[in-house]
Amino acid sequence: MARAAVLGRLTWRFGRVLAVRDETPTARTLVLDVPDWPGHLAGQHVDVRLTAEDGYQAQRSYSIASAPGGGRLELTVQRLDDGEVSPYLTQVLRPGDPLELRGPIGGWFVWHPGEASPVLLAAGGSGVVPLMAMVRTRLTSSSPTPMRLIYSTRGPDMALYSDELRSVAGRDPELRVDLVYTRQAVRADRLCRGRRRPARRSGPRSTADQD
Amino acid sequence: MAAVSPGFRGRRGRPSPALPPGQYLVEDFPVLSAGPTPRIDLVDWELTITTETGERHRWDWAVFRALPSEPVTVDIHCVTKWSKLGTTWEGVSLDTLLDGVETSASFALAESYGGYTTNLPLEDLLDGKAWIAFRYGGEELAPEHGGPARLLVPHLYLWKSAKWVRGIRLLDSDEPGFWESLGYHNYGDPWREQRYWGD
Repeated sequence: MARAAVLGRLTWRFGRVLAVRDETPTARTLVLDVPDWPGHLAGQHVDVRLTAEDGYQAQRSYSIASAPGGGRLELTVQRLDDGEVSPYLTQVLRPGDPLELRGPIGGWFVWHPGEASPVLLAAGGSGVVPLMAMVRTRLTSSSPTPMRLIYSTRGPDMALYSDELRSVAGRDPELRVDLVYTRQAVRADRLCRGRRRPARRSGPRSTADQD
Repeated sequence: MAAVSPGFRGRRGRPSPALPPGQYLVEDFPVLSAGPTPRIDLVDWELTITTETGERHRWDWAVFRALPSEPVTVDIHCVTKWSKLGTTWEGVSLDTLLDGVETSASFALAESYGGYTTNLPLEDLLDGKAWIAFRYGGEELAPEHGGPARLLVPHLYLWKSAKWVRGIRLLDSDEPGFWESLGYHNYGDPWREQRYWGD
């Protein structure tokens, strides 16, 4: 299973950017077409390699955001101000451009729909990306496994996928999502079926609540 | 040469220290591990070297710390691509620990509190290439970086430098450890970029 997914030789290959989608002001999803993509498990990542004209290369790892299947690979990249690779991926790379990568990598931190044990996912910031692949995989496979995501960011502007999480959690009683914010005082969001209930109120009373 | 990434220039004023392929320099000291950080009481701590015949050599903390140790300054390279140059440690050389251990084994398996394992050829532990390190950056080695003591084998990717080491088993045949069984390279030479199985 997980072992079979990783014990093949990981050759560098080229994908092509089909589309880009801004998730937040500082994070972008790259939708890639990767010919002969061998498939992956939720939780795995790819290594991305960039080459400058003088031959200089830089590599970084990015978690796969998309569920297996569908023929496309999605990566969500958080831009770091002092980053070397993320500014390129989030601001320069365009649809039609090539992107060299290899994967899928990672045989331990994975989840596949056959697993019946309830799952607790805890994420901070862009760490939610591989966990989102797990949420999406659970959905596309119609898994009944109870899954709970606790997702902490500095504020709602930084939270990735919040509309999608709101939507899927709202429809499925076995999927619970809590969004927690550390630097902005808003009502913490528990996204439950039927209505949104505040888990707790945090911050001074004078701070306006935000949706 | 791989095809050019249109518009990619790399970091302005790139540093040119010699780094292994695919690595980048960091100023902090990232913490990565599979599972929680074990908390080990020094009263309970033991290091055991077990030979291929089952003979055991054991040190408790007091005896271990009474062994000759040395300052170590090395570059370290993590398979997740970050590198740190000139890191400073203090540790007991594996040459010291293995002195007086009779063995004809070719392989070693390092085992850690918490269950982590990693394997390497015995010769990669010898001749000044490996230590059991208990200080980093002038201070006691912090638990999140493997304290009270970790294996330090800087010429290989850092996953071979088993944190929270509790023992080394000397073996006649190679036995893949935790990450080696999950798709990572069996040897892990950063200069040949041996990250994953098949590299």
